[in-house]
Amino acid sequence: MALQEKARIMDEDAIRRALSRIAHEIAERNLDVDNLVFIGIRRRGVPLAERLAAEIQRIEQKKPPVGVLDITLYRDDLTTKHDTPMVHKTDVPFTVAGKDVILVDDVLYTGRTARAALDAVIDLGRPRTIQLAVLVDRGHRELPIRADYVGKNVPTSQREVIEVRLAEVDGVNEVWIVEKTD
Amino acid sequence: MSEHTLARKDILGLRGMSREEITLILDTAASMLEIVDRDIKKVPTLRGKSVLTLFYEPSTRTRSSFELAAKYLSADTLSISTQTSSVQKGETLLDTARNIEVMGVDTVVIRHSASGASHFLARHLKAHVINAGDGMNEHPTQGLLDMFTIRTHLGRLEGLRVLIVGDILHSRVARSNIWGLLTMGARVAVAGPATLLPPRVAELGVDVYTDLDLALRHADVVNVLRLQLERQKKGLFASAREYNEFWGLTPERLRASQPDLLVLHPGPMNRGVEITSEVADGPQAVILEQVKNGVAVRMAILYLLMGGGE
Repeated sequence: MALQEKARIMDEDAIRRALSRIAHEIAERNLDVDNLVFIGIRRRGVPLAERLAAEIQRIEQKKPPVGVLDITLYRDDLTTKHDTPMVHKTDVPFTVAGKDVILVDDVLYTGRTARAALDAVIDLGRPRTIQLAVLVDRGHRELPIRADYVGKNVPTSQREVIEVRLAEVDGVNEVWIVEKTD
Repeated sequence: MSEHTLARKDILGLRGMSREEITLILDTAASMLEIVDRDIKKVPTLRGKSVLTLFYEPSTRTRSSFELAAKYLSADTLSISTQTSSVQKGETLLDTARNIEVMGVDTVVIRHSASGASHFLARHLKAHVINAGDGMNEHPTQGLLDMFTIRTHLGRLEGLRVLIVGDILHSRVARSNIWGLLTMGARVAVAGPATLLPPRVAELGVDVYTDLDLALRHADVVNVLRLQLERQKKGLFASAREYNEFWGLTPERLRASQPDLLVLHPGPMNRGVEITSEVADGPQAVILEQVKNGVAVRMAILYLLMGGGE
């Protein structure tokens, strides 16, 4: 099975504007900026969380802390896979208890990653709220989960894949729809 | 089979384990360590799996470490001590293990005084078998946690000079360290009284010293072995006091070594025999850290053996 690029749906400017808008929405909904913390879901949620925290700093002159979450140990599909996925480090160097946690990921799809991330965050403490921010919501949820902040809603077919490419990881800032070809 | 999977059912020894496998275990342990530091030390990963610790020899650290590692990953644990089990009624090792296996145990952790006991079990059980020390053969998880501790402090294993001091002859810890460290590209030396060095130990590819002061001058790391008083029945050394004089890690010896020499000891310590309290509790010793790292290393192994599907 190969993947074929179909369309570029966001370029660098579009990503920047989307993140800026999300940051404003977060600031609007969370008046107590001091209580905000950002947690990025590995891998591409992490640079997005960093960028959102930097945007918050521009708006509010205060930079919220940013943590890194690895959800491997919380996956619900471990027993269906023959291989054990690599466990990477979770690094949340602050308490989440009582905080307003902004959980950040690149794409929201089935909701299973978000479900695992919710469990993983709650195991670190009891936050006041957990809010979900994603760059792309592509639909096809398998669990009752929704995002609080969405960069772009993209209707997709299940044969398609959303590829978010970020400078920190991939060298460019772009979002593509690619299609599986047999 | 991906690069993230151990290509084996059991962990019986570090002899023959590849550099890639050891690296995978150590890297996974680095991620697990964070969980040990949490307020809520529990992740759901191995929910519904069960781990039996079957110990035919006494243990404090290793057994608690395996049990906590399993519990932190949400596996259920069961422990059998031979003193209080049907072993006293003459049940064989294999019968004991088979009976436990049909109750649904996924992994058996075994310590036994006979070298090869874990290999024997592994051949007969479908469950994963982890060797927690077999006679004078190997203690692989100790070797791994020692390497993990060294790597954490010095950033690498390749090219480091690691000295193992003491009763090499009776030490399964020494053997696992030697196999693992050589595979990882470290340079390994051993030092101890001639009566406590295995014959032809140099053929393993290690340097052999019979003078501790000389050996220490060429070391980045020293792993001080426990003098196994319970295995000494043949007068292999004169007295604990004499042993300390020639082979004990003392403050004077430490001062004459390189300034940031890292000091390890697998425990339990005979204070004042192979290591003095001043050294054991001093800034260069990482002995308690080894114990903590042991939990992370065992979590990594349990995850890598049981984390995937069948």
